[in-house]
Amino acid sequence: MTLSSAIQSNVTKTYVIMVTFVVFVVLLGYVLGQALGYGNSIMWLAVLFSVISSLVSYYWGDSLVLTLSHARPADRNKDFDLFTVAENLSIAAGMPKPRLYVIDDTAMNAFATGRDPQHAVIVATTGILSRLDRRELEGVIAHELSHIKNYDTRLMAVVAVLVGTVAYMADMFLRQLWWGGNRRDRDNDNSLGGIFMIVGIVLAIISPILATLIQLAASRNREYLADVSGAKLTRYPEGLARALEKLHGDKEVLEAATNATAHLYIINPFKGKNFGAWFANAFNTHPPIEDRIKRLRAL
Amino acid sequence: MNQTLLIGIGVVALIGMYFWSLYNGLVSLKTQIEEAWSQIDIQLKRRADLIPNLVTTVKGYAKHEKTVFSDVTKARSALMGAKSLSSKAEASDMLTGALGKLFAIAENYPQLKANENFIQLQKELSDTEDKVAYSRQYYNSVVNDYNIRIRLFPNTLFNEMMGFSEKEFFAANEEERKSVKVSFE
Repeated sequence: MTLSSAIQSNVTKTYVIMVTFVVFVVLLGYVLGQALGYGNSIMWLAVLFSVISSLVSYYWGDSLVLTLSHARPADRNKDFDLFTVAENLSIAAGMPKPRLYVIDDTAMNAFATGRDPQHAVIVATTGILSRLDRRELEGVIAHELSHIKNYDTRLMAVVAVLVGTVAYMADMFLRQLWWGGNRRDRDNDNSLGGIFMIVGIVLAIISPILATLIQLAASRNREYLADVSGAKLTRYPEGLARALEKLHGDKEVLEAATNATAHLYIINPFKGKNFGAWFANAFNTHPPIEDRIKRLRAL
Repeated sequence: MNQTLLIGIGVVALIGMYFWSLYNGLVSLKTQIEEAWSQIDIQLKRRADLIPNLVTTVKGYAKHEKTVFSDVTKARSALMGAKSLSSKAEASDMLTGALGKLFAIAENYPQLKANENFIQLQKELSDTEDKVAYSRQYYNSVVNDYNIRIRLFPNTLFNEMMGFSEKEFFAANEEERKSVKVSFE
């Protein structure tokens, strides 16, 4: 996969995901409306809701992700290395310097987001900033800049918000159906069967779509490509290789990460400790670090 | 008759489009090269501006290291006076070498190494070294794109006529960035 074809496929995938999301929500609204006897009114609500959340995810996905991660803006004096390294690598890549944010957490991690290089953000934890030296940090930031340049960040920000929305909706509907269902029971015995049917449908539709969306967004190749183009920028693959080694050794879990944002980070933020880790592994959001280090050292 | 006229117009249009895209492509690359060059200039100037401060600070602790100071000062004025690409590159390398020596000497003066001002200047200078190196890298990559475009056939037949010629690289010593770092840390 060449760089320009990678960019093109990311841009296309972003639109495919946004359209899929709208279609999915509208369909869900239609089924629910019919089953609960509200007619098409729920469907029209769903149209409005899904179109708005798609647009929000496209234009404000980066701000939402930042809020979710509890990040603060970086300061040139306090975060000198992050600030200057990002500045320098942007010069080398011939792109505008992204906005920089810091998460106050001792776990080591970093990610980039934003819909294009003009609206890009790089976020790093204080843990990664304090434990990497300048060359290693350059490797990490160059990797993130490559994600921005390849439009990976656009795709991932959209996915983070939309997948988060679907997961949240599923949760809400299931609760609603469960508790609301019991109450409705007394009025009408027949609706019980219908409600269980809907629960089934919701579950059946949501899970594979969620999985496909995440798989689309987080292919292993994307990470390898960012590693290689990052190394091209610093002309020093060893920096990123060493950084990945340190990240691999760090066993701390990043509290600010959620299921929806996990695939954004440079390494899996859950570190094999809970459901999130299983989830991330199952859908290959992160290629094995040993493999990435080996490839970098072979360059 | 009419048909040959149409074909003729088509051919002329195609040739016109070729020149149009060749010319615009080269102009936009040339603009990028100029921007990249001014970026290097900004960083070189920033580095030159930091040096008098550094020399004063170091002199306060290591007065008798006269040769190093004069080397740094000489390299700095050579850089400020340099006009052409190659003389700037040369002076910049000279300054990098002289600064490396200065920082190596600083290692022998624990009080200097603990000086708040010195630590700050060292950080800023090593960052500026990085900036010079990275802006060089960007400049050279744009020049490379431009030169390749010029050399390709059939572009190579017409670029003289349109006033484009190959650009010179900013002689970059790729090893320099890493080796300088070692003496800084």
